[in-house]
Amino acid sequence: MAKKTSGFEWEYAPAPESAAIGKLKERYLPFIGGKFVEGNGEEIKTINPATEQPLAVVSTVSTDDVDTAVTAARTAYDTVWSKMPGSERGKYLFRIARGIAERARELAVVETLDNGKPIKESRDVDVPTASAHFFYHAGWADKLQHAGFGPDPKPLGVAGQVIPWNFPLLMAAWKIAPALAAGNTVVIKSAETTPLSILVLAEIIADAGVPPGVVNILTGAGDIGKALVNHPGIDKVAFTGSTDVGRQIQSSLAGTGRKVTLELGGKAANIVFDDAPIDQAVEGIVNGIFFNQGHVCCAGSRLLVQESVAEEVLEKLRTRIGTLRIGDPMDKNTDVGAINSGEQLSKIRELTAVGDAEGAQRWTSPCPVPDRGFFFPPTIFSGVSQAMRIAREEIFGPVLSVLTFRTPDEAVAKANNTPYGLSAGVWTEKGSRILGMAQSLRAGVVWANTFNRFDPTAAFGGYKESGFGREGGRSGLGAYLDTDDVAEGF
Amino acid sequence: MNRAVSEAAPGRAELPGDAELPSSAALPDQLPSHLADAVSDESHLRRFLHGLPGVDPVGVEGRAAALATRSIKKASKLAAIDLAISMVDLTTLEGADTPGKVRSLAAKARRPDPDVPETPMVAAVCVYPDMVGTAVPALAGTGIGIASVATAFPSGRSSLAVKLADTRYAIEAGATEVDMVIDRGAFLAGNYGLVFDQIAAVRAECDRLGSGTRLKVILETGELATYDNVRRASWLALLAGGDFIKTSTGKISPAATLPVTHVMLQAVHDWHVQTGELRAVKPAGGIRNTKDAIRYLVAVHEVAGPQWLDPFLFRFGASSLLNDLVMQRRAQTQGHYSGPDYVTVD
Repeated sequence: MAKKTSGFEWEYAPAPESAAIGKLKERYLPFIGGKFVEGNGEEIKTINPATEQPLAVVSTVSTDDVDTAVTAARTAYDTVWSKMPGSERGKYLFRIARGIAERARELAVVETLDNGKPIKESRDVDVPTASAHFFYHAGWADKLQHAGFGPDPKPLGVAGQVIPWNFPLLMAAWKIAPALAAGNTVVIKSAETTPLSILVLAEIIADAGVPPGVVNILTGAGDIGKALVNHPGIDKVAFTGSTDVGRQIQSSLAGTGRKVTLELGGKAANIVFDDAPIDQAVEGIVNGIFFNQGHVCCAGSRLLVQESVAEEVLEKLRTRIGTLRIGDPMDKNTDVGAINSGEQLSKIRELTAVGDAEGAQRWTSPCPVPDRGFFFPPTIFSGVSQAMRIAREEIFGPVLSVLTFRTPDEAVAKANNTPYGLSAGVWTEKGSRILGMAQSLRAGVVWANTFNRFDPTAAFGGYKESGFGREGGRSGLGAYLDTDDVAEGF
Repeated sequence: MNRAVSEAAPGRAELPGDAELPSSAALPDQLPSHLADAVSDESHLRRFLHGLPGVDPVGVEGRAAALATRSIKKASKLAAIDLAISMVDLTTLEGADTPGKVRSLAAKARRPDPDVPETPMVAAVCVYPDMVGTAVPALAGTGIGIASVATAFPSGRSSLAVKLADTRYAIEAGATEVDMVIDRGAFLAGNYGLVFDQIAAVRAECDRLGSGTRLKVILETGELATYDNVRRASWLALLAGGDFIKTSTGKISPAATLPVTHVMLQAVHDWHVQTGELRAVKPAGGIRNTKDAIRYLVAVHEVAGPQWLDPFLFRFGASSLLNDLVMQRRAQTQGHYSGPDYVTVD
């Protein structure tokens, strides 16, 4: 058994998806009142974060255009959409779902070019899940009276929605699909750095023959989002993004009686007990924090591992992370892509420097990092205590903070000791412990022996500073209906 | 565990010091203390196997499916095909096997693609014990291994004496590798000591009769049913001295699957971390085309580690796989596909 082997070196040849499949145009326009129109704001250049090269020019809107869009949505609501039978609305949603599936490859390429996430994720997660959200909600459109919100639940009117850059297409689907299924019309603003995929979705919506004004898609920065959510013509606000902006929205809407759902930041604990399926827990930890470069509000950014297995888990984790392939997001074999923007990259660098200064031990994956584009190698901080900023603040990057615990009570106390409460993970083979932990954790989503699973049938949302209201499932539908059920979030 | 077994296995130095150690003949030279403890008696062995971390089926299947999406193209594909050919245990295990069939299999093993002589040879041929004598002259001087199934293959339902005689028969006829089956009934009944002793006894017989005879332990994972069992059986076979852990006989469905192979690759990886020894894995049955074979190689690369990309440490038990590899090799080197009539049927 001592024979040594040949030392065969196997490099995977580059396997890039073709950028031509994305059919990128030179110029993109906002979609208002059923037409692609020039916005009156300043043009922006959107760039590929993996190369820092410009991809396309995007026309952005002004606050006057926000008015126009809200008026178009109101007209569509009053004259067409609210009067249409649910079974007819459902047909449009089915058409959009199919349109996304038919243009899946194109959408995946556009998403990866604009966002920086690996093509395998946009191809296998973002795009199919976006389509699934439309399929799921299409089914609800003619069954609202059976959803448990009373005999004849009514839509709210015009929904103003603002989405982030981490899942541009998927977040658009999360927002648009339930709103339309419930009978609302929509004005939605894309993120400044990732406007392209949602404008391809606009083409799909137009091709599906959705009546003009039912979906309006705006481009621009935070000022446009602010104008949208504060617009008096809006009946419902849905926002996904940072806790700071969420706070501003809540205070500016206080007293208006307008319905709000906020899905904000997180600092999720991924809790590994000593009786966990260790190898799969390691997979779950990797998936929890390195999926989408850690640009996930529900990312498992705090690993809480029981002391008795901490060394074993960390050793396996380092070995596993060493096999992650970081690089060109368009390469089908890339596991970790580019950070979405230079701004985000500086934020990650700043917070990791704080981790060093506070005395945590940094470990960086040995994988080579491209010298062009915004990249940050997978990083683990061990020896982290609850008091450190890297254990408290959302880094929103591929950086894992490792803490240990001794007893289940301590795990719960540490997991809950955060202003956030979006998600958590529990790893144990003991069923009763899973149920007990799920009850004790103050988090909107608790995954057991898995992480970062998204399904349109499951409600998603947070506690505390992670926001309120749910998206997905029956309760997500309720957020777009005139019912008190939403306030409870369940 | 059965003292008689270890006494019946002379030819290896006994471990010093501990008279309580059964089956000491099978122990690797120096096991770390926690592994040495695990094989000290049946209750320790049971506790050790049941103390292994569980395997979450959803998780391991998800990981296997995700790794199967790796896109292997161009030079890396050609390298993978050549490596895969050199890892094939070209197999015929039929009641209808004849000397003629085995000779033609041996010819195929030596020259998988007669039109393209630079195509690598396979690792071994795998036959029933009574066919070993036919295979030996047909492969003389090639370096190709001669593997023989033994121990009342495929069910393993016979006495230890018969199993050892079967092993002896194969080795004396010239087998350089022995593919044994474990007693799945005993394993599922929780009789781990019996399974351990039988593996150890066959190991001892291999060592007594031939120098460097490599022992492959077939777990028949399709009958073990759960990944937890696959992990326990893998560790049991490694502890008992198996050089290879092998998935299947090919007679039971399902045979080899990617997730099962993941669990076994993880076991040899962990074994290496704990003991410094490199042990081998052989999925067998159901791997029929190049695409599948490459998925297995990706798993070897990323789960066990790059050093397992070697015919000494990884094999495919297969028959029809070789032809697909040869056809894909031609497509890679010649730039177009030929057809099944351009490669030999056996």
